[in-house]
Amino acid sequence: MNIVVCVNHVPDTETKVKVGPDGKSIDKAGVNYMLSPYDESAVEECLRLKEKNGGQVTAISLGGDANKETLRKVYAMGVDKAILLKDEAPRDSYGVAKALADVIKELSPDVVFFGKQSIDYDDAQVGGLVAEMLGLPSVSVVVKLEIDNGNVRAQREIEGGHETVETRLPAVFTAQKGLNEPRYPSLRGIMQAKSKAIEERVPEPVPPQVEVVAMRKPTAKGAGRIVGTDASAVTELVRLLHEEAKVI
Amino acid sequence: MGTTLLAFAEQHDGKLKRNAYEVARAARAYADELGGTAIGLVIGHNVREAAAQLGGHGVETVVAIDGPSVASYSTTAYAKLVARIAKEKGVEVLFLPASTLGKDLATRVAVKLGAGVAADCTGLKVEGGELIATRPVYAGKAVVDVKVLTPVKIFTLRPNVFTSGTGSGTQARVEVLAADLDESDFGARVIDTQVASGRPDVTEADIIVSGGRGLKAPENFHLVEELADALGGGVGASRAVVDAGWRPHDEQVGQTGKTVSPSLYVACGISGAVQHLAGMSSAKVIVAINKDKDAPIFQIADYGIVGDALEVLPAFTREVKKLLGEG
Ligand SMILES: Cc1cc2nc3c(=O)[nH]c(=O)nc-3n(C[C@H](O)[C@H](O)[C@H](O)COP(=O)(O)OP(=O)(O)OC[C@H]3O[C@@H](n4cnc5c(N)ncnc54)[C@H](O)[C@@H]3O)c2cc1C
Ligand SMILES: Nc1ncnc2c1ncn2[C@@H]1O[C@H](COP(=O)(O)O)[C@@H](O)[C@H]1O
Repeated sequence: MNIVVCVNHVPDTETKVKVGPDGKSIDKAGVNYMLSPYDESAVEECLRLKEKNGGQVTAISLGGDANKETLRKVYAMGVDKAILLKDEAPRDSYGVAKALADVIKELSPDVVFFGKQSIDYDDAQVGGLVAEMLGLPSVSVVVKLEIDNGNVRAQREIEGGHETVETRLPAVFTAQKGLNEPRYPSLRGIMQAKSKAIEERVPEPVPPQVEVVAMRKPTAKGAGRIVGTDASAVTELVRLLHEEAKVI
Repeated sequence: MGTTLLAFAEQHDGKLKRNAYEVARAARAYADELGGTAIGLVIGHNVREAAAQLGGHGVETVVAIDGPSVASYSTTAYAKLVARIAKEKGVEVLFLPASTLGKDLATRVAVKLGAGVAADCTGLKVEGGELIATRPVYAGKAVVDVKVLTPVKIFTLRPNVFTSGTGSGTQARVEVLAADLDESDFGARVIDTQVASGRPDVTEADIIVSGGRGLKAPENFHLVEELADALGGGVGASRAVVDAGWRPHDEQVGQTGKTVSPSLYVACGISGAVQHLAGMSSAKVIVAINKDKDAPIFQIADYGIVGDALEVLPAFTREVKKLLGEG
């Protein structure tokens, strides 16, 4: 089975976001980056598919040199090949998707995996965009996947429940957390990843479709009021919620 | 003639989702501001009634694509229909809900129409005749204003945020069309849907009661559920209790869970780690119940009780029932 997984390198979830000097992006000073959590689930699923069906897993990441850290991480988890689409300039989802789709087309994989969203811009778009650009069927927000002889049965999470979707390979999937329990790279894997080659390519530039005009911190909410210190405070709390906040 | 806006209305079993009214009213509001017209679109089986209902919420026309083949969602088939209608009607601005279905559909439609997407918008304004969208990034730790540069523009609107406005009183014209599709249009097809009845999902709930490790044990979560039920709300959870297997993953609120914007969020025994706050800080009113007066959750709570959640919750539920006349 020929498998491709797209992985993004994003600020760690602990990051305290500060707006940078351009007023349009974050201040990167002191920010730690990591493999986006949903992409980690995607990688795990791809490794399991390979373990079951044989084949190879290629990971692709678009970004600057810093993304090599994430590609090393997925090497350590067990992917066979890593490609960096090197572009230091920021791209919108369309720009990312177009560059990924160009490479994926060339690899003609059976399975293409994404995370359901990157935890930087939280767009949840790239997987769907690539699927449409390649004319492939897709299932997003997958929590369970069974593939048998090219026949796919996937469960996806929807509001308040689940849907079972059927399709056929080749197909595109986006991973939801809970799809699996991602493995920790072994020490041996980490050591070996250090010397593995990362193929570098330069993607074609594409004009942006969405422009960030300004970035700011959301209006901070000051700490509110402590209504009391035990169950007797609920009468007052409920009165406040009803009469002052008017939410119940 | 001005700008033509299209609101895609999500329905399930012929019943409109609440977010369907939100996108329709938003389309009306911005059609007025931009000087244009608003069209509603419903796709499904036996959706004429839903279409008529949508027609009471500000759009001038509702297109209903009705047929058994589109009874359940298919990404590719729905995308083809939305793109077709958008082209036929000369639509320049599309509003879809930023629901699981809406986000999925928007990407496909975007490629078909060469349209840029502003995803999961929490605000919209018109500046110099152009729509500027506000959307949270980094799980709500920052927000950006974005402009879509393509001739056709797509905005997915976060559910529960665009809640102003009511029915218009007038009734839109409903145009019913057949779903003219081939078997090859159905790349992937939903064959079964399991929706838990009862409590609303956290992304749709207007009120959420959430529990964390301070609840002490999974068997104490009935206290959270009872308050949620008394308030007609949904149940949420911190990652700590999801990872511990006390609660299902679909209840997790936060950076790697769901992002929610309810009007009331009650956090019980939740410390308020940055990753949790990221998912719920845009709630209109936040209540925290925590034993530790220094817990970070109190920094963003509007109202707090410093106390034992196991004692406060039952009293809270009783008081709510009393207020709402059920106890
Ligand atoms: C990559 C990554 C992603 C993450 N994503 C998420 C996410 O999406 N969502 C999320 O929630 N977390 C997430 N986390 C985890 C987060 O950092 C916290 O560990 C988690 O939110 C803590 O859960 P908690 O508040 O239930 O538990 P704790 O932090 O242990 O807090 C329990 C609280 O309960 C209080 N308490 C104890 N007993 C009582 C009592 N009887 N009555 C009242 N209060 C009591 C305590 O004072 C304490 O404040 C993530 C972490 C990482 C590293
Ligand atoms: N720069 C990138 N390089 C590789 N894959 C990416 C990149 N950005 C996004 N993706 C993939 O697309 C998914 C959805 O991202 P997004 O649409 O940005 O939320 C992610 O989970 C990744 O799998």
